[in-house]
Amino acid sequence: MPKYLLIESRDPFDSNDTRFCCDLAQQLAAAKNEVTLFLVQNGVLPVRPGARSADLTSLAGAGVRVLADTFSLKERGIDEQRLASGVAAAPLDVVLDALAEGAKVIWH
Amino acid sequence: MADKKTITIAIMDAPYEDARSTTTLRLIDLAAKRGYNINVFAYEGAVLQPFAAQTPHANAVHGRSVEEENHFIPKDAIAALMREAERNGGKIDWVNCGLCVDERGATNAIAGVRRGSPADFWQMAEASDNTLVVATR
Repeated sequence: MPKYLLIESRDPFDSNDTRFCCDLAQQLAAAKNEVTLFLVQNGVLPVRPGARSADLTSLAGAGVRVLADTFSLKERGIDEQRLASGVAAAPLDVVLDALAEGAKVIWH
Repeated sequence: MADKKTITIAIMDAPYEDARSTTTLRLIDLAAKRGYNINVFAYEGAVLQPFAAQTPHANAVHGRSVEEENHFIPKDAIAALMREAERNGGKIDWVNCGLCVDERGATNAIAGVRRGSPADFWQMAEASDNTLVVATR
């Protein structure tokens, strides 16, 4: 099964185009691909349960693995234990692992 | 090392401007610790990341000396990453886009950085297990 890792570094409260990653992830998962959405930098801001977290929970429900960079969470004072449903904290190693495994890795 | 990999990363952000630079250096650090070979193609403002004339400074506003300020200097971080990769049996091949260097007068790079062109990026990507383009906006 083809593997995809989509990296979202943008803040949905600041960028109108963050739907790109969610839409692409959903479509790739629907087409029977193994898909991970990795949130990094200000891309982790919507993992706080609230206004923009429903998209991530919905994505997880559609079969996409949704991860948030541990370092980025710490930098922003976001508690790993209080993430939106369907989102897990993970180290940046996830990106390197995906590259090493030959996954298609896309930065946004 | 049986699982030794070669990864190519393209970056275009100038130092001190965006968190993408930090994330990219973190990624290179992880790869260096694993003993991977890492190719970096730096273009546009990113050719200033290993610029040798970067200098730490004091912080007069907060009354801190150069040592107390402990300013982050990208060229020193990159040199340290190159040493880290070598210690672990890997190598960092850092290529600065030549035209981007000329435009910015950034010819004075640290040791280990070479001048190249987008053709080098293509060749590095072709010879790598995988490639990541850290796209800007």
